[in-house]
Amino acid sequence: MKKLINTPDDLLRDALQGVEAAHGDRFRVSYDPAYVVRADAPVQGKVGLVSGGGSGHEPMHGGFVGPGMLDAACPGEVFTSPTPDQMQAATQAVDGGAGVLHIVKNYTGDVMNFDMAADLTRADGVEVEAVVTNDDVAVQDSLYTAGRRGVGITVVLEKIAGGAAEDRRSLQDVAELARRVNANGRSMGMALTPCITPASGNPSFELTEDEVEIGIGIHGEPGRFREKIGPASQIAERLMTPIIEDLPFSSGDRVLAFVNGMGGTPLIELYIMYNEVAKIASAHGLTIERNLIGNYITSLEMAGCSITLLKLDDEMVRYWDAPVNTPGLRWGV
Amino acid sequence: MTRFAASMAEHREELVQLDTAIGDGDHGTNMDRGMRKALEKLGAAEQADAGAVLKTVAMALISSVGGAAGPLYGTLLLQMGTALEGKDDVDLETYTAAWRKGVEGVQARGKAEPRDKTMVDALLPALQALERAPDLDSGLQDAASAAERGMLDTIPLIARKGRASYLGERSKDHQDPGATSTYYLCQTAAETLAS
Repeated sequence: MKKLINTPDDLLRDALQGVEAAHGDRFRVSYDPAYVVRADAPVQGKVGLVSGGGSGHEPMHGGFVGPGMLDAACPGEVFTSPTPDQMQAATQAVDGGAGVLHIVKNYTGDVMNFDMAADLTRADGVEVEAVVTNDDVAVQDSLYTAGRRGVGITVVLEKIAGGAAEDRRSLQDVAELARRVNANGRSMGMALTPCITPASGNPSFELTEDEVEIGIGIHGEPGRFREKIGPASQIAERLMTPIIEDLPFSSGDRVLAFVNGMGGTPLIELYIMYNEVAKIASAHGLTIERNLIGNYITSLEMAGCSITLLKLDDEMVRYWDAPVNTPGLRWGV
Repeated sequence: MTRFAASMAEHREELVQLDTAIGDGDHGTNMDRGMRKALEKLGAAEQADAGAVLKTVAMALISSVGGAAGPLYGTLLLQMGTALEGKDDVDLETYTAAWRKGVEGVQARGKAEPRDKTMVDALLPALQALERAPDLDSGLQDAASAAERGMLDTIPLIARKGRASYLGERSKDHQDPGATSTYYLCQTAAETLAS
């Protein structure tokens, strides 16, 4: 294992110190319990947005803390959910009197820890709502599993809900909009290579030189199936077909298309994938009104990509376009 | 608890390997980190009774393990600790009642049923063994053996809860890491009483 770390045990603390050194003007960083909060929190009268999850997916979530997006993010150890005391402290730090929305990706650990945190925070008298993202169509049998995983739509949802919260919409409105974004979003990912968690030092699965894994999660989980690698056009088809069939997206729909790199993919390959995605969308009569291309929800050094489509409405477009000023996403400022 | 911490440190790599096969490879690391934190907390303050010890360990696990194992082991020990609070002498009846509370807490938090390939598959057989036992000594021994059988019985199962459930058929022929750490907990309890 070759990584730019000091020791696996100190990884989270070292990374947070780096974040504080780089962005101390816009963030406050708490180390015990660990969370990152925007410097001007709590913003009075604004719904607070708190997300969190295992580390290793940067820039999600810490890189999305700032005006127009999240108020706080709680990082866990690599690929491990953060703990209720972190979420409780972060929730209190962002409570400006209008309530707090927890944005939770559907993983067993994340859901249980955020549940415990919501119980604790409500006992403190803070109004808390939670929205759980579960957009991964690779999980076919959601009845006999822990359910579909929360992946790419989480980034889009945090931006849109962040815009609505900045517009001083109520907790109920922001939560309802967030749930609508999740309900209208679908994603699927693929890997060219596995990733190596610093604690284990070993690849999360094995792929031969000419194989790809289709339907992976963001924690190095193996996917639906593996096959010999084909051209980008074929890989795009493998991901887009289940996404389009699942919602289903139909001719005339306005969509946001998000091509995301898993951490180790050059941007040039992501643009090649975007070109294929745009062709397939057009062939299905979908109009891509907004797009996002880059490494936003990653899986350490994994090479590969995921595709997310969101069926848009006017309110979503308005809050997607609203100003955002975070290390990970910035426009309109 | 000192012995369980030692057991988690000793079996850290084994749990990591089991978890890498069907999960995300962090179970051993997380439990080892959590139990080291728990020992720190136990050393820092005088503990009134077994219930207080378990509650202290539970809170340390909840705030340091993360993942699913933190809330689940935290809930198990918190429920057991509450049931054992103020009890200086723990006999078979009180221990079994506490274990039952703990298992119910885990099932309420994690919503797992038997044969979902989770720690419940070791916890429930251990409870049944305690319920049949004549005294605490043999009860803890039988519970450890039952948890071990439960752990081994997870090997052919298809996971229906937790991260392994995403693998479907591919989760077969692997032993569940959560059931494995639960067996080590039962084994530690039996060894501690025997010594």
